[in-house]
Amino acid sequence: MPTVEVQNLSKEYSGRYVLKDVNFSVKNGEIFVLVGPNGAGKTTLLRIIDLLEEPTSGRVLFDGQIVDYSSKKDMVALRRKIGMVFQQAILFNMSVFDNVAYPLKVRGESKRNIKQKVREALELVQLNGFERKNALALSGGEAQRVAIAQALVTEPNLLLLDEPTANLDPKNASIVEEIISHVNRERQTTIIMTTHNMFQAENLAHRLAFLNDGKIESVGTFQDVFGKPVKSFARLENVFNGVSKITAEGTSIIDLGNGLQVEAAFKKAGNVRLHVPPEDIILSTQPLISSARNTFEGRITEISDMEHVLKLKVKIAENKNFTVQITKRSFNEMQLNIGSKVYIAFKASSVQTS
Amino acid sequence: MIEDTFWDEIWNITTLSLRVSGTAVLIGALIGVPIGTILGFRQFKGKRTLTRFVDIMLKSVINTSMGLPPVVVGLVVYLLFTTSGPFGWLGLLYTPTAMMITQLIMVVPIIIGVTMSAVGSVEKSIRERALSLGATETQAAWLVLREARMGVLTSIIVAFGAAISEVGGIMITGGNVRWWTRTLTTAIVVETELGNFTMALTLGAILLSMAFGINFALTIVQLKGARR
Repeated sequence: MPTVEVQNLSKEYSGRYVLKDVNFSVKNGEIFVLVGPNGAGKTTLLRIIDLLEEPTSGRVLFDGQIVDYSSKKDMVALRRKIGMVFQQAILFNMSVFDNVAYPLKVRGESKRNIKQKVREALELVQLNGFERKNALALSGGEAQRVAIAQALVTEPNLLLLDEPTANLDPKNASIVEEIISHVNRERQTTIIMTTHNMFQAENLAHRLAFLNDGKIESVGTFQDVFGKPVKSFARLENVFNGVSKITAEGTSIIDLGNGLQVEAAFKKAGNVRLHVPPEDIILSTQPLISSARNTFEGRITEISDMEHVLKLKVKIAENKNFTVQITKRSFNEMQLNIGSKVYIAFKASSVQTS
Repeated sequence: MIEDTFWDEIWNITTLSLRVSGTAVLIGALIGVPIGTILGFRQFKGKRTLTRFVDIMLKSVINTSMGLPPVVVGLVVYLLFTTSGPFGWLGLLYTPTAMMITQLIMVVPIIIGVTMSAVGSVEKSIRERALSLGATETQAAWLVLREARMGVLTSIIVAFGAAISEVGGIMITGGNVRWWTRTLTTAIVVETELGNFTMALTLGAILLSMAFGINFALTIVQLKGARR
């Protein structure tokens, strides 16, 4: 029996469809990931599942039960089985302890139970010792972990996470990812989460759905949706279309638009689609004098944490981003952060074409 | 001997001021905070055109009332309580009670208005977060009010500041009777006219230090609120 079923669900805001005929079901104990670009409707979908919004048409079933939006009592009872974490942590102007205790208080739990459960929840998110701090004085990563503790303290059957690591630094992001898999493994909590981070999707998802422009384009395992894992990474990152010209030396110069030109070792003219493997790109904080034919200046716009390495998104020009893979150690040694100015370099022979 | 009466009178004037304004603000808070809270919550709900129009009207009326000219309020209360007025039989004109009523009419809109905007400005997201954590609508409403507590406190302090320094209204309805309805502000007016500058300045200093105390408290409240 599926825990959550979404049937023919559509949502419309003043004539504009945000979700169009969405169908999927999530099994008990599963981590189900909704991936898709920003604005695809992921957040709206989660908010509907959390009963914060009503669908325009279609329905959501929990354990086979249809939601009755007219009964406030039913809504509260259902919401009490669900834990939700928003993309931006929203905490109350009180201590960390009181924030985490709040969901238990509204359920009328005894003081002793509350104390015990809050302690366990804070341990789970590695924030023991923070009880008496004011929640509004926390850093972004700590705040997000308190929000997760709030959602988990009631041991919900279903946990909803909206881009839980999108605004976090790598350290906090990896703690959060660890909590997600821990809770799923140890408590068999069913999890529905959204992300636009492919690596996170592949790491965590049992199954996933690709949501684009309000529609589900495909549902299945990562392989079902994106093809073979390693290859799919390569194909998703650093793929550009451009116009190639053959040079006198027998190499090619490809114009990618927005003032960006790449030199490649192949010999091909006309429209080409090219690919640069992230692991072939060298990242530095100073311009390098090297044999690499391609050197660009850019800024780090995104950092995603993989198990052993970090993937950085470096913006070179408008709509031209390169994904670069580096180790956590060099990341720390180079003291990089979002917004850092960096140089990327890669050889002409690293530029592949299909 | 003269010295004693001087300080006695000042004591009498000061305590009367505090009693009248304090009672007005206390009763004003009991009326204004609940109304302000309810009106502040209305902003959360989805609205149709008619309800929206009613809301806009209501809020404009409240905002106008926040700046009611005290003399006009005094005049109206005078006409209500004068011997030939509808409440003349109560015999309240030229009593501290009439002064209290005058100030009550002034402070209620202030308390409603400031509370309303404080509750309204606690983001919609706080209520939603509470609901998603399993709160009922009532529990979520309490939480929003708790988050708006600094604003509610501000409304009360601002109202007291307005009441204690008001002169036009209580002059008309209290009559500025010595040892009976003479307050800090009305006394300053009369003592200045009589040329008793020692008295006027002493009273002025007391009033000013009260105003300072109020603003000091307000600043602390706001600083605490800014920590969010």
